[in-house]
Parts: sequence; C-alpha cells; structure tokens
Amino acid sequence: MEFSEHIKTANVEDVVLRQPLHPPSRGTLCITGHHLLFSDREETGTRQFLLLLKNIDAIEKSVENLSAYSGLFSNAGHSERMSGSSGTITIKCKDLRVLQLDIPGMEQCLNIAHSIETLSCLDCASEMYPFFHRPSDLSLQDQWGLSSTEKLYSQMKELHDRWRVSTVNRDYSVCPSYPPAVIVPKNIDDSMLKKVAKFRQGGRFPVLCYYHRKNGMVIMRSSQPLPGANRKRCKEDEDLLQAVLDGSDKGYIIDTRSSQQATQARMTGGGFESKSSYSCWKRLHRQMEKCVGKALQESLIKLVEACGDESNNMDRWLSKLENSKWLFYVQTALSTAGLLAECVERDGHSVLVHGSEGKDSTLLISTLAQLIMDPHCRSLEGFLALLEREWVQAGHPFMQRCAHSAFSHARLQQESPVFLLLLDCVWQLWRQFPLALGFSEALLLRLATEAYASDFGTFLCNSHQERWALGVMERTHCLFKALLRPRERDYYSNPLYEPTELAIWPSVHPQSLQLWRGFFLRWTQQSRHLEEAQEEIRNMVIEWGKLALS
Amino acid sequence: MEHIRTPKVEQVRLLDRFSNKSTNGTLYLTATHLIFVESNSNNSTSAGQEVWILHHHIASVEKLSLTTTGCPLVIQCRNFRLVHFVVQRERDCHDIYSSLLRLLRPVSYEELYAFSYNPKQNDQQREEGWQLIDLGAEFERMGVPCDQWQLTDVNRDFKVCETYPRDLYVPITASKPIIVGSSKFRSKGRFPVLTYFYQEKKAAVCRCSQPLSGFSARCLEDESLLQAISKANHNSRFVYVMDTRPKLNALANRAAGKGYENEDNYSNIRFQFVGIENIHVMRTSLQKLLEVIGTRSLSMSDYLVGLESSGWLRHIKAVVDAAIFLTKAVTVEGVSVLVHCSDGWDRTAQVCSLGSLLMDPYYRTIKGFMVLIEKDWISFGHKFADRCDQLDGDPKEVSPIFTQFLECVWQLTEQFPQAFEFSEWFLLQIHEHVHSCQYGNFLGNNQRQREELQFWRNMYHQFDRSMHPRQSILKTILTLRENSCKAESALQSLESRLQQLGVTPIVTSDPPAPPPTRDQRSSALPPRPDSLILGAPINHKEEHQRQDDDEQEEVGEEATESFDTERTVEGSSGTESRKQSYGELDGTYSSELAKEEPAVVSLEFGVARMTC
Repeated sequence: MEFSEHIKTANVEDVVLRQPLHPPSRGTLCITGHHLLFSDREETGTRQFLLLLKNIDAIEKSVENLSAYSGLFSNAGHSERMSGSSGTITIKCKDLRVLQLDIPGMEQCLNIAHSIETLSCLDCASEMYPFFHRPSDLSLQDQWGLSSTEKLYSQMKELHDRWRVSTVNRDYSVCPSYPPAVIVPKNIDDSMLKKVAKFRQGGRFPVLCYYHRKNGMVIMRSSQPLPGANRKRCKEDEDLLQAVLDGSDKGYIIDTRSSQQATQARMTGGGFESKSSYSCWKRLHRQMEKCVGKALQESLIKLVEACGDESNNMDRWLSKLENSKWLFYVQTALSTAGLLAECVERDGHSVLVHGSEGKDSTLLISTLAQLIMDPHCRSLEGFLALLEREWVQAGHPFMQRCAHSAFSHARLQQESPVFLLLLDCVWQLWRQFPLALGFSEALLLRLATEAYASDFGTFLCNSHQERWALGVMERTHCLFKALLRPRERDYYSNPLYEPTELAIWPSVHPQSLQLWRGFFLRWTQQSRHLEEAQEEIRNMVIEWGKLALS
Repeated sequence: MEHIRTPKVEQVRLLDRFSNKSTNGTLYLTATHLIFVESNSNNSTSAGQEVWILHHHIASVEKLSLTTTGCPLVIQCRNFRLVHFVVQRERDCHDIYSSLLRLLRPVSYEELYAFSYNPKQNDQQREEGWQLIDLGAEFERMGVPCDQWQLTDVNRDFKVCETYPRDLYVPITASKPIIVGSSKFRSKGRFPVLTYFYQEKKAAVCRCSQPLSGFSARCLEDESLLQAISKANHNSRFVYVMDTRPKLNALANRAAGKGYENEDNYSNIRFQFVGIENIHVMRTSLQKLLEVIGTRSLSMSDYLVGLESSGWLRHIKAVVDAAIFLTKAVTVEGVSVLVHCSDGWDRTAQVCSLGSLLMDPYYRTIKGFMVLIEKDWISFGHKFADRCDQLDGDPKEVSPIFTQFLECVWQLTEQFPQAFEFSEWFLLQIHEHVHSCQYGNFLGNNQRQREELQFWRNMYHQFDRSMHPRQSILKTILTLRENSCKAESALQSLESRLQQLGVTPIVTSDPPAPPPTRDQRSSALPPRPDSLILGAPINHKEEHQRQDDDEQEEVGEEATESFDTERTVEGSSGTESRKQSYGELDGTYSSELAKEEPAVVSLEFGVARMTC
C-alpha cells in the first residue's frame, strides 16, 4: 500500500496522551494508513485509543530541543542528543476534540506530525477507510441502505394514481447529482423531463420529496430555473408544475434567496419563476442562501473559537456568540422550515422549494419541514431513512462540504457545515419536543461526527453517481444499517419516545433557541453531567418497563 | 370588599404578548384574585383557559389610552407575567383599574399561602418563625457547638443586633465584651458570626457587615474577634475576608465612616474583593433584561446584544464565582472565611448560601434547601419586605436579590442535573427515589464556570406559553413513575385478593401488567412523590378523571397535552386557527387539557412564591 511511504516512524514508545475528560496517560503511539493508535500500559490493564486520521482537522507541533546547544559543543552521541529533545503535537479533531501528544525525540515527533498531515488530507475517496472497514457483525451482501425511491413509491399507495417513478436518470446523464430513480407527475413523460432538466441548474428538475397524507399536498424540490437575462421560458417546466397542482388553485414556491438575489441571478443565467409564466404559483422569498455558503463556515469557526475561549468573561462570551451568528442561522433555518410546513399543513397547498443549486438550503428546509409534519420521519428508522433520501441520495455534496471543520487553516473552498446546521436544528426540535422524536441526542452527535470522518461509506463522495462509480454500495458498509443493530439501536433511541400524530411546531423566538451544548461544549465536564442524566433516565425507563411487564 | 366596584366585566379580550392572537372572556375581580376566564367560543365541551392573578403579585397596573376596540389595561406581575387586557367600556376599565390600585397594597399576609419563608411573617413574628425549622438542630448537624465554637446568648433580647437571630454561634474564645465591642464597630451591629461549619476541615464560614473603619479607625475587640475565628481553625494561620463589593464601592464607603478591614491592623487576615454590584445595579439590570425579552419579534442578534448589555448574566456569574471562591477556600484550603458586603444581608446572604449549597449535599435536598433559606436569608435578616416591595416602601430598596440567588441555584441544577433533589424542570427527584441518594461530592471543586450560563427562559417567560418547550421530560417521567406505582399497587391488591379467596398466587397465571382497574379505588392512593415543590404534577381530580376514562392512553394524553399550537412562524398566509386544524382531536384530549392546567399553575407557583 502506498500509505507506507508517508509513514517514516510507525511506532513511538513512551508517549503521553492528554485528552479532555481523561487523565493523561503514557503508552505507545502507532500510526497506520488510516488510524492513530495509542495504547497505554497502566497496571489496571491496557486501554486503547483509536482515532481516524480523517477526523483530524488541524495539527500544531512544537519541538523543544533541550540539548541543542550542548550537542554543538560536546561530542555527545546521536542517541543521547535525541533523548534530550521532545516535541508536542496538538491535534484538533473535526468533532471539536483537542488532543495533545508529548513525543520524546524531535525527529520522531516531526515524522509523526508529517505523516498525520499528509495522511489526513488524502482526498482520494477510493482509498479511504470505509473501503477497508470490515466489522464482524455486518455483511457486505446485505441490502445497502434503508430506503430507495422505488421502495418509497411502493409503500405509498396514495401516490399511485397521480405520480410515477421515472428512471430517466438511470445513467446519470440527465442530472448527475440525482439518484437513478425519481418520482414525478404521471402525465409528464421522460422526454419532457429531459427538456425540463435543461432549464434547471445542474439538471435538477422538480421532483417529489414529500407527500402529505392528510391533504394530499406535496413538497417538490429542484434547483433554480434558467430564464437568464432575456427571460427564456420552458413550456415543459411550466407543464410539470401545472401537473403538480392538479386542479388545485395555487401553489407556493419557496425561494431560499431574497428576491434581490434571485433577480441578480438572472445576470448569470439563473433566475426565478416569473409570475406571468407560472400564474398559479406564488413565490415567497426567504433570505437563507447565506446560511449555507462560506458565511456559515465562518460562523462555525467563530463559534468554535468562542467556545474554546478560556477567559471567564460573560460579556465577551455573549458578544462572541452574537458575533458568530450561528444561532441566527439556526433561527432562520427553523423559521423557513416552519413556513414551508405551514404552507402545506395549515394552508393546504403544494410547495416547490429551491435555492440556486438546490443541494443545500433546499434540502435543509425540506428535511426540517418533514420532521415537523410527518410522524413517520420522527422515529429512529424514519429519521435515518429521511436523511438517506433527502441528503445522501438527493446529492448533498458531503465530500466537499465536510472536507474541513472549524480548526482547519486550509483555504475555504466548498466547505460549509450545512449538515451540522441541520443537526443543530433537529436538536432544537428535540429539546422543545423531547417526547416526540424517537432518537436521542447521542444519535445527532454520532451523525455529526460521522459526516466528517467515518468508518462507513454512507457519507462518502458527493453524489449517487460518484458512489456508484466507486462501488461504495458494494465495497463499504452502510452507516444507517449499522446504527440499527440491536445494541446501537438501544443506545440511540429515545427512551421517552411517545409517537404523536400531530405536527410539532417549534418556537423560533430567540429566547427559545439555545446553543447546542452537547456538541459545541461536548468535551467539557458539564456535558458529561448532562449525558449521565440522560443515561439515568434511560435506565429508569427501562427499569419501569420491566416492572410493568413483571 | 368595599374597594371592588365592578366584580365582573364581560367581553374582555386578552392579548397575547408575542403574537396578534387574542382570546375573549370574562374578567372577575375578587378580594384576592383577578380572574380571567376564556369564554367557550366554539366548543362547549372545552373549558376555556383561566388566568388567575393574585393581587399581591401585581407589580404595576397601567391604563393605556383609549383605542377603537376598547380600553387597554396592562398588568405587570412580579412573577414576570405580563397581561394585556382590552376592556370594551372605558368605565369598566377605570373601575377595575382603581379597584386594583386600592387592592394592591393592603393584602393581609395571613391569607397568603403559608410559605415557610414568608418574609412578612418574619418581620413580625420572628420568634415564632424559628420553630418552623429548627436551626439549632441544623447547627448540630454541622457539628456545632464543638470544642471551638459555642452558642452565645449575647443577642437574647436582640439588644446587640436587632437584625440577627437570637441564637448565634461564635468562637469559644470570644467573650461577651469582645462581641459587644465588635458589634459597635460593625454597621448595624452585625458582628462576625458563624453561618456554616465545614466539619471535615474544621473551617468556618462567617458573616458580618462592613466595619466602621472610615479612613483610619480601628477596634481592638473586632480584631480579637477575627483573631478568635482564625484560632478556632487549626488548619490555617489566617482567615480570608471576602468583601463582596467592588473595590470602588468599598472605597467610597470609607468617606461615610464605613469601609473595609485594613490588612495592617488585622494580623491574620487575607483580604479579597469580589466585585458583586449593589442592589441598584441589579434592579436596573433585571429591568433591562425584561425590556429586551419583552420586545415583540425580537431578532437573534438584538436578543443576544440585549442580554449582554443588561449584564444580568454577568451579575449571576459574579455571584457564582464568589461562591466558588468561598467553597474552594473552605474545602480545598481548609481556611475559614469571613464574608461581608455593606450591611451583610444581600450579597453576603447570596454568597454564603450558594457556597453552602456547593459544599454540602444536604442543602441540595428539598428539606435542606428550605433550611438553608431559613438560615441564611430569613434568620440573618434579608429584608424581604423591602427587597420584594411588599409594603408600600421605598422603590429604591426593591431589588431582585433573592430571585438572583434562585437563578444561581437554577444554573447549578442545569450544570449538575444529578446533584439536586429539588428542581423545577429536572428529573432527578425521581432518580433520588428510585436509587438511594447518591449525591455528587463537592461541586465546587470540579466546577467549571464559563459560558455555560444561560438565559433562564422558564423564569422570565413562565406565562408565555408559546415559548416553552412543549413537552416536559419531568412530567413524563413522573407519569411513568406514577403508572408503575399504580401497576405495582394493582398487582398487590390483586394478589391480596387472591389470598383472600384462598388461591395461592401462581406465577404463570399472574396477568402481566394489568391496567389499573376499578378496584384500585378501594386500595389506597398510589404513593405520591413526597416533594413539596414538585409533587403536584398530577392532582387527584385528574386521577379520577383518568379512571373514569378508559385507561389505555395515559401517557399519550400527557404527550399531547402540552401542545401549544401557538403559531410562531412569521409570514403565514394560513388563516385556520388551532381549534380548526386540530379540530378532530379536540374530543380526545381537550378535557384532559383543562384538567391539566391547574397542575401546571401550581407547579409554577412554586417559583412565583419564592420570587416574591
């Protein structure tokens, strides 16, 4: 394997590892192609610590060469000089953990640091760890994933008379970022779809993503249309949207850009659905596009920096929190999702959601709206299936968005913690409705970690097509399947879950939103207390369950 | 009562504070309460919402100028409730307004819920107040009197210090002349006395008021009293003297002949300023905070900036920081600490009681917490009446000092959810019952006070239902517990019946988890949580209601109960109201909803009372 060429020193003895919430321990450090392995030899038994190199966001190294001067003037031997020097590597992980390694020997320290730097930045998907991860209790022969378009369609009998599954994208030629099968109105044939795809950015033509059983209304999503400066029209696109309405008097288009931004997009060939050509559709603009781009990444960086600030100053903390704007983004996302849900559930109209590309904010609010409205999405399986449909299959570019996290000094390109923002919003929902969601905070934390560095193939690559090309479905394991293994399922499900059929309307007043302490302050003592409390609740509920059965 | 001119006004609208919604109903004015009852507009089976406002809770009544829809009346309560009525006829409005103004003050305190720390009772019946909670026993629990500390009767007739209790504990070496001399040198005669004794290290927490040192005065008796305190602790050669004021304030006090201890005169002290602001700053700060959070359609950044500029959380942190300093000094270093501020009844009470809470797990129990309040607040003369504006007093004396203390405690319960027996929102009361009491050791040591402080929404938005978490974990857990207790008692009663019938219980035929049946009525009521503060989430009425209903869905009802479907998303075009959209469900849980309401209120009263 070519990893070995990056590893000059594979083993170092007598390393001290300092990690949050644990006392420092001394042991052997070992570096492999994908992992950092540390095992200590305390009298009480060995403890192992395994860290995926992919999880490392940034490292800092500092070397102290205590005997550098004496080495110059004396004839001390090589080994003696080395023993006097030492180095410290600070590892900042994408899950916001900060570790410190004290390594004896300057050269070894530099070698290790170099290996970590190169190996953690390899961006060739086919060489990543998921392709080598082989847990004993999962088999590659199992069906990959939890849901697919076809499965969803066959389960929803209500869809059958007006909607069909189209495989126009089976070779990914119509839209590279869509899965092979999508649900579209029945009377729109594949040739029309191809024309519509040409009129939408990236070929992301409107497809069904949610069917509201109560009133038969739907949520569609797409990318922006391409009328451009000379206001082109596309008959097929108009027909498709008309077919979605199917006789009802109007529908809403939620554009996640401000109307000004949407108008500006015309200059670059994009634009919006004009009132004259889409007479039955009412456009609502919500300024959200900022929530997904560079601004969001910067917000995360600022927030994490504020959380890591050790100075005990209340005012500075509050102003930093305000300055990071993270909570503002959470609020915007939740209220836009609320608007979407309101259109469907309260107003009883179908909605088309899009931003510009339709891969970020669009998915964010359609997912949240489904959680608000659809009780099926709130169970553990339902939530995972929702994420699989709306994020993995719908083509959220995980690889690009999650390449780096808050500590990285690398220049920002496509990174943006949209998925993290989603998880934060879901957490806010979970906090306001602790009984309505079937999963625990631990699941959200796990997903937040896995999106950045994973043993599993689920979040690899940017689209279904890339995953198919690399054989992700054949050669890696699916995270969602793994999370549903019996032991993990117990851990990730909410002990207090009581399914409710009602919509859960979150409050979006600033006073009602909180910093997600479980994630952003995860490695502090305090989160540990909260975790223990959660654990206690779980045990209690289980105990009572037993009592009731006895 | 003769003040009430109009006992009942119909067609009154209650406006929601944060949305444009309003409800119609009838306003009743009674001798003790102002009651608003929502009229059953569309559904006769659903009892309307009821709002009960104790006159005593009302902080201010304001009559706004007449509008087209009627005459608005804004009532601001001390428990941070704000109600906005619109009365159709101006005369009615004026009647209510003037009646309320008259009724606000002359409330007879005996009618208030007999809360053990009812401040007014203390002012009047101080002697009797002692018998409620035996502080002597409390000091005994701490291990006092012992070979170094003794009970003194110097204040038997409140001659030495009238704001101190009768029984005081001082070092064994401190003679009466020393005490009397020292008290003359302290503001309001509040000389150093013991408030908490940390037995393990023999370190003491003492409290007093500022010395009357001015620029150069000294008092030998006071010095020897401090010396005695220091001597009483063999672990350390000095005592910490914590002045909880900012240094500037203390310096300013010197000009008035007061001030702080000069380290040169006292050979054995280490002096420390802590920097908690005075009551006036606190009052303004809370006012600012309330202003910010009362704003409609508040934006995220305005909220955070407002939170910051109010400084409220900064003050909270200052108090907690001081308590941590105290705790560390006592538990880690084993040094005795003397705490004072200006008069030694506001900041000193906060710091001493919070410090004791951190040090001693006993105070984290329900009983212990009451003892703590009795000890540090009531007996040492926190001016509840003035601070909480109970009489028609000086508005400058009003300050949310006790509220602040409670918020500090709440912050601790947030950070250490497992360490407290009592809680508003926390579950661990049950934890305490299921598992035997396992309290954490010293909180103070591993305390990391940082940005984890947060806004206490449930305090300041208690009555804005749209802002609450819609479902309460605590309530569910209590229900679950209740259910399991019911199941257990049902099992027992069934078993005893089987025995009466002469059948030996056979395990296999034992019906698994029988839903509680009607014979439960003959059996005793299921055990209820014995907490005083939180024990009432399910009332008896409701229980019967439940039993009358088919009993399958107890838990489910709980879940739906708390749905407040307040629309919070802006930009809506929907016109349907909640009743319509959830219409089909009304039958299933609305009666439950009505029954649930008083329980919620009573739970919240727990805070309400304590804050006033």
